[in-house]
Amino acid sequence: MATATTAINQQENVWDGGKSPVNASYGKLMMWFFLLSDAFSFSGLLITYGMIRYSHAAYAGTVDAFTFSNAYWPIPEKVFEAVPFLHGISLPLVFVGIMTFILIMSSVTMVLAVEAGQRMDKAAVVKWMLWTIIGGLTFLGCQAWEWSHFIHGTDTATLGDIVVNGKWVENFEIFGANLSFNQYGPPDFAALFFFITGFHGTHVLSGVVLNFIVYYNAFTGVYEKRGHYEMVEKVGLYWHFVDLVWVFVFTFFYLV
Amino acid sequence: MSSEENTHVEVIPADKAKIMQIWKVAGYLAVLTAIEFIFAFGMDAGIVRTWIFIGMTIVKAFFIVGEFMHLRHEAKTLIWSILIPTIFVIWLIIALIYEGGAIFDARMAW
Repeated sequence: MATATTAINQQENVWDGGKSPVNASYGKLMMWFFLLSDAFSFSGLLITYGMIRYSHAAYAGTVDAFTFSNAYWPIPEKVFEAVPFLHGISLPLVFVGIMTFILIMSSVTMVLAVEAGQRMDKAAVVKWMLWTIIGGLTFLGCQAWEWSHFIHGTDTATLGDIVVNGKWVENFEIFGANLSFNQYGPPDFAALFFFITGFHGTHVLSGVVLNFIVYYNAFTGVYEKRGHYEMVEKVGLYWHFVDLVWVFVFTFFYLV
Repeated sequence: MSSEENTHVEVIPADKAKIMQIWKVAGYLAVLTAIEFIFAFGMDAGIVRTWIFIGMTIVKAFFIVGEFMHLRHEAKTLIWSILIPTIFVIWLIIALIYEGGAIFDARMAW
């Protein structure tokens, strides 16, 4: 009887139960599906950017002659050209390049933490998690500076026709940006900047919080007692996803 | 066996080749980003440059998802369950970019 059962079992499909068909734990699988749904959210935002950009006039002149105007969509490299401590020097996309590098590096340290966890190397997990947290916080700091600069604006104002205190004012001097108007281009440009980089920044922030919890648990030996470091892998998936999204934001918001 | 030995966890030594692989992927990502910068300043904006950027972004996404998130080394079923649903995104891109152009034309016609 027992041998007969074994013989039947061997012919069974992997989907008939008793084993993991995708060879991943429940938690990891659910993290993957959460990230898939999150990918749809970010796709929605970035595609909306594309749609709204296409519904506005594009700048037709040369890059050198470009000036801000709300008549056409700005060239991103002309908007994002400031770097902290280097006031007044035009360094297009340099700061955002540094931010990209920081986030990719923190993704690398995360992979190293996962790799150390698979070897049960507590000291190395703690070390690499700490570097990942530092990378995440540095990125957030950079983003805070970038937002602050974007909101306060450049030295020269852009003239635009807007509503001020309930009155229509022509040739108003606009500095910086808010959700109603901005000096860089059409109002939608700043709104999308706040929405897309803000939504990504929120993900980075929650990622840092999760990373800190994992770091704390690894440090206090929770995972060592548990016998595995799978939590590092799960939170690692989330952190890499945040990096992945930034790669897309970088291309579609800053480069194209 | 003393209790001290009981709580001791065996640390497996690091595999040099595996760690080299991680840094190699990081190097690819850095080089691809650097090439994107070269195109950003060395080439005029247009359809061709946009597609170069999109292509390089997809290559970077392949490295991040495939190697860092380890998806390339997971079961086939898992790989397809994550990748196939993203085809909906392709349709959304086509639909909304077309819609954006239509809104632009409508604004011009005012």
